[in-house]
Amino acid sequence: MASDFNIQYVAKLARLTLSAAEEEQFGAQLAGILGYIEKLKELDVTGIEPTAHAVPLVNVFRDDAVQASLSNEVALSNAPAKANGLFVVPKIVE
Amino acid sequence: MLHQLTTWQLADKLARREVSARQVTQACLDQIGRVDGRLHAFLSCDAGDALAQADAADKRLAAGANDRPLLGVPIAIKDVIAVRGQPLRCGSKILGQFISPYSATVVEKLQAAGAVVFGRLNMDEFAMGSSTENSAFGPTRNPWDTARIPGGSSGGSAAAVAGDECFAALGSDTGGSIRQPAALCGCVGLKPTYGRVSRYGLVAFASSLDQIGPFAKDVRDAALVLGAISGADLRDSTSVPQPVPDYAAALNGDIKGLKLGLAKEYMIGGMDPEVSAAVQTAVKQFENLGAEIVEISLPHTEFAVAAYYIIATAEASANLARFDGIRYGARVEGADPTELYCKTRGAGFGAEVKRRIILGTYVLSSGYYDAFYLRAQKVRTLIRRDFLEAFEKVDAIVTPTSPTAAFKVGEKSGDPLQMYLSDIFTISCNLAGICGMSLPCGFTQNPKLPIGLQLLGKPFGEETILRLGHAYEQSTSWHKEKPPLGV
Repeated sequence: MASDFNIQYVAKLARLTLSAAEEEQFGAQLAGILGYIEKLKELDVTGIEPTAHAVPLVNVFRDDAVQASLSNEVALSNAPAKANGLFVVPKIVE
Repeated sequence: MLHQLTTWQLADKLARREVSARQVTQACLDQIGRVDGRLHAFLSCDAGDALAQADAADKRLAAGANDRPLLGVPIAIKDVIAVRGQPLRCGSKILGQFISPYSATVVEKLQAAGAVVFGRLNMDEFAMGSSTENSAFGPTRNPWDTARIPGGSSGGSAAAVAGDECFAALGSDTGGSIRQPAALCGCVGLKPTYGRVSRYGLVAFASSLDQIGPFAKDVRDAALVLGAISGADLRDSTSVPQPVPDYAAALNGDIKGLKLGLAKEYMIGGMDPEVSAAVQTAVKQFENLGAEIVEISLPHTEFAVAAYYIIATAEASANLARFDGIRYGARVEGADPTELYCKTRGAGFGAEVKRRIILGTYVLSSGYYDAFYLRAQKVRTLIRRDFLEAFEKVDAIVTPTSPTAAFKVGEKSGDPLQMYLSDIFTISCNLAGICGMSLPCGFTQNPKLPIGLQLLGKPFGEETILRLGHAYEQSTSWHKEKPPLGV
């Protein structure tokens, strides 16, 4: 499994620029880690339900009522770029 | 020495007005001035804000109000939990100069209990690590030997409490990040049951595993802080509406007849013999105190680390997608949004975070989801089942917290897999969603480094592990030893 691990492809999926040195270093380290997690294949999990989390709750609802929330000014207070009460981003549509 | 008191001793002195909140807050700030240049537990500390909170507490005390259990007690916060108006960086460069616009529920609860909430404590970036060496702002040092790591990821919280820089602290625990540093620094650290404490305002790492919990100087202090932060919260739909007991009332010293499990799968190779010996001696002490030792089996233990590193990295890769340079934090400009995301994340995240995002993205990617992520979730079911079956026979399980005492800075940082394997005793607790606590059970000889004992409890069984831990602690003197930091 580890042999077809393509770090450049995965980094692209993760929207993460890696340097050539990082690609080389992580590639080798992750091959070791992937080799280790192959261990799970030793187990027969036929008929076992997956556990997504360990909390005994389903469908936690609250009343559909308006509640206080952050003001526009506060929500934008950590923005790297803002104008007219909005986040500024690079052009998306030509 | 004021700063060396425990929280319950301090609360008593404050209530009797023998000391003021300002004096004790100043004593913490002075201790930070004396030792934090060597420890680097704090990333920042707003002294003016802390003293203003202390003065407000003193006003309440002067008015005769002592209805708040932590009134005037200085408590410091891991840099992954939001405190309104204070920096929040998660030990990372990617958050830039972020200032929290709101407070976490646990912070509001501490403040409602009267605590002076102050300081930002160092951590492995985004809580990913076991040594605090992954902080973008440099490692924290172990108060017992500053050439060594304090454990992680909540290394700053553990070092600050062990170094008497605060009376208690909050940390977060996804695979041992409270218990392991508590063990390595010689204090008490408790990971509550999944759902016991609200995570609103905690920056998410792996949402199905993360819990916030206390670091404290002794078990009674841990019980006090746990009681203050526990309870259901409408803002966290995973918090469970289970009543919050009076945890301190559970500390009655009576553990006669309680059944304590020893898992044969935890007798692993690679254990430091001094750690093994200390844990065995502690088990005998529990027996002397009237507990019954029962051998149990947790047959899927050897698969826990592999399952954990699939589930935790998968969830992290999704949770950390929000750090994209658009709404907050640092930004590296790009010609289009995708280039902006890639460059921002490439420049902002450190090596361990990148490694885990890559691994998590891979195990969730098309064609591998069933083989890795879904399989790991099924193994998680088996691990949880192991614990629930064991808890039909025993009231709690006793283990070492970490296979070794603190290692040297730089000793393991080049080998991530070795670092991951050292989490063997703490990881299963998060996968199973149960509670766990580490407390001091001895020291290695040369050098003298703390050894931690772990008690694992049933879901919402915090009272039982606190009672056991307290009875043990009060029959020993490990928790009274202080690290050699000078005066």
